[in-house]
Amino acid sequence: MKDGEHMKDDKRMRLVVVGHGPAAHRLLETLTSRGFDGTVTVFGEEPRPAYDRVALTSYLTGTSVEDLTYPVPDGVTVRTGVRVTSIDRADRVVVTDAGDSEPYDVLVLATGSAPFVPPVPGRDLPGCFVYRTIDDLDAIREAAKDARSGVVIGGGLLGLEAADALRGLGLDTHVIEMSGWLMPRQVDEGGGSVLRGHIEGLGLTIHTGAGVASIEAGPDGRVASLVKPDGEAIAAQVVVFSAGIRPRDELARACGLEVGERGGIVVDEGMRTSDEHIYAIGECALAGGMVYGLVGPCNTQAEVAADRILNGSAAFTGADMSTKLKLLGVEVAQFGAMSGALDVTYMDPVGGVYKRLFVSDDAKTLLGGICVGDAGPYNTLRPFVGKPLPGTPSDLLFAGAGKASVDLPDDAQVCSCNNVTAGTIRVAIADKGLTDVQGVKDCTRAGTTCGSCVPMLKQILVKSGVDVGKALCEHFSYSRAELFDIVNVRGITTFSQLIAEHGTGRGCDICKPVVASILASLGRGHILDGEQAALQDTNDHFLANIQKNGTYSVVPRIPGGEITPEKLIVIGEVARDFGLYTKITGGQRIDLLGARVEQLPAIWRRLVDAGFESGHAYGKALRTVKSCVGSTWCRYGVRDSVGLAIALELRYRGLRSPHKLKAAVSGCARECAEARGKDFGVIATEQGWNLYVGGNGGFTPRHADLLASDLSTDDLVRTIDRFLMFYIRTADRLQRTSAWLESLDGGLDYLREVIMEDSLGICADLDAQMERHVSAYVDEWRATLEDPDKLRRFVSFVNAPGVPDPSISFETERDQIKPVLIPLEVTRR
Amino acid sequence: MTVLDMTATRAGEWIPVCSYTDLLPERGAAVLVGGRQAAIFRTFDGALYALGNLDPFSGAQVMSRGIVGTRNGEPTVASPMHKQVFSLVTGVCLDDPSVALPTYPIRVTDGTVEVSVV
Repeated sequence: MKDGEHMKDDKRMRLVVVGHGPAAHRLLETLTSRGFDGTVTVFGEEPRPAYDRVALTSYLTGTSVEDLTYPVPDGVTVRTGVRVTSIDRADRVVVTDAGDSEPYDVLVLATGSAPFVPPVPGRDLPGCFVYRTIDDLDAIREAAKDARSGVVIGGGLLGLEAADALRGLGLDTHVIEMSGWLMPRQVDEGGGSVLRGHIEGLGLTIHTGAGVASIEAGPDGRVASLVKPDGEAIAAQVVVFSAGIRPRDELARACGLEVGERGGIVVDEGMRTSDEHIYAIGECALAGGMVYGLVGPCNTQAEVAADRILNGSAAFTGADMSTKLKLLGVEVAQFGAMSGALDVTYMDPVGGVYKRLFVSDDAKTLLGGICVGDAGPYNTLRPFVGKPLPGTPSDLLFAGAGKASVDLPDDAQVCSCNNVTAGTIRVAIADKGLTDVQGVKDCTRAGTTCGSCVPMLKQILVKSGVDVGKALCEHFSYSRAELFDIVNVRGITTFSQLIAEHGTGRGCDICKPVVASILASLGRGHILDGEQAALQDTNDHFLANIQKNGTYSVVPRIPGGEITPEKLIVIGEVARDFGLYTKITGGQRIDLLGARVEQLPAIWRRLVDAGFESGHAYGKALRTVKSCVGSTWCRYGVRDSVGLAIALELRYRGLRSPHKLKAAVSGCARECAEARGKDFGVIATEQGWNLYVGGNGGFTPRHADLLASDLSTDDLVRTIDRFLMFYIRTADRLQRTSAWLESLDGGLDYLREVIMEDSLGICADLDAQMERHVSAYVDEWRATLEDPDKLRRFVSFVNAPGVPDPSISFETERDQIKPVLIPLEVTRR
Repeated sequence: MTVLDMTATRAGEWIPVCSYTDLLPERGAAVLVGGRQAAIFRTFDGALYALGNLDPFSGAQVMSRGIVGTRNGEPTVASPMHKQVFSLVTGVCLDDPSVALPTYPIRVTDGTVEVSVV
């Protein structure tokens, strides 16, 4: 017992979980969120806690183990690298290979599955792998280093994923599939042939209707070739088996639990096995005669088991096996039945699109559908399976996601990963007054796993009468992105003109700074010029950050965090002479706090004279590009991260954006600059630079996603230019890049299409806009110091310009000033 | 000018504080009158308003630095600290009507702005 002897009288339920994969994780998460007060011990045989297997392949393209790993809920003891070897049902104890035992009141088996390796001669040779765990991927990556070609045995979903991985590792890749076409469980022959066309176009070799006679070793004893039954030999140094899965039911078998004829631990609707103290969930369970290998049903099973453990009565009665995914760049989707009395088929082998709908014999009820090359109809139509068709079949085939105007029935499942229906979402919107997709995600979990239903969530919000946050405020019925376009296209230069022509009233603290930011992003003059001055928030108005006592902080730019001793001394002297509090910021620069408004020009005169310029810490703008010391000094560094960080910071300094922008450059994969927590982060590789986007610290931390790998410096800069400009054009007010990226329909793939493949034809425009920004940049503080009109505003009192605000006072703490706060006297009426 | 006297001004006394053109349209400025701070605003239509400069939510003398605008046609200023919006006309906080800023008479005489702060 984990809490020691004094817990002997503890009557809390002792829950033991065997296996720590995604299903176990969902179980723990559900129990924790519902206030389970027992003790929980989890045994996982892998050397690491549960991680996201759906995203496993991304591990090979740069996603770290940490990113894939799920957080372990508080209060749960996870013992990794420990295998449970037997279950003593009579004494209710599990025994481990570490030689100890753990008593349980309730046991949950979440042992998952093992890849099926057909009994082919040579299957145990070095160079043969399965594709399931991070360790498997590490081994494959290692073997691929000395290999030229590889074969994947199995052309299903996972097999093609493995093939994509081998291709990504630079191998000449073959896929062998027993049945007549690829992905036989998801698509029919027509879809399979279109899919094959796509994949062969990528240079892979497909062998369908083919088996494996043997795997042959070379002189070094490692895999050298694979021989098909027809005698054809395929040279290969890496072989990956992906020919299906088998439930890991050996523990259950050994202790006499009921198992299915073809494997799987038999469970009832409550996920309970033939022993009332033992549950089984996920790929090891046989529920209603089926073993489920998709994340959605396994999550549901975990939630059902959690509910039963908490004395609930939830039931698992089968699951929607619909699938939508993108494999090797091809969209594949299947929903409902794969046959029907009637069908409507569209096939375009040239364009690589195949769509087929199955309907009832009276052509009124939708039974299912298959899409390859364009999964557009999936989102719209999947909820209608078993229901009257919402339009003519041919219209529906071509209705892209979100385009068809259809009302979903309440029981239509919108999010299959988390089993959330349209009705549940509507109730949440109405009861909780939700106004945006994030709110729906938070309340219902819909859209939080694969994200493919996010367009549907938006549609439901709109149809529920929610104006999806489009209107900026009462003065403008446009979104920020629309206002940006209006200002840009119409060449508008003032707020007055914009609100007179496109708004109502006189603006407010929401729309004025937004318009000020748009004008600044488009390079329409100094932010304190003319009318623009009145639009600015107090920070931008005084080019400093307001603090709680009404004083301001000063942050000079220190590009890349690199600074000379002379400049450090100047900062120290200025702080000393003006009595400011100093602190090192997280962005590798120095914050000087406690300056009164009328001191700001004098402080900046000294800083500008010493060669400093505005750090824009006060603006919704680029803040810093942080860096590690890089290859110049660091013995691990592979590239000059400081040089690049400085170049990027100087390029984007002063760029106004919907929210603040932070960036970093790391000189090697050790990532000391924490680039993946930034809006854009760059990590040096042997070949070039990896670019990550959409990271965030702050309130909702998020690791940045890998946008592109091994870029040259020129390509890197161009890609960041476009990323930033596209964000500035299209994001909502105060929407960080992380939330923006998550809200983009099509997500990272879409972003890549727009800024790397120019799918919208706007890249030249984005490039030109950034060029204008770079060439028009001037230091705001220098320009302010040179303009007496602007300087006149820096007074505490218009009727007493030299007088400091008498309400501001300081005391001393740790040898520095600290504000004295005046007790509040709120005038309550 | 006597405005820097820390002695209280007499009730109803008009104190000149600045020239009208010192005030930017749609922006505020702080004035110090008899030891008290007021925030004065010039709106887009040329109208003037004077309120207390103390933000009752943060306790800092900063109301003059808020963004001026309108809510349902009523001229407003938003606290630069936590963005609560106050009516320039009544001083009442529109986000929490139990809180209000004091309001003061303000006028222009021969191009000079005068307030009466007691």
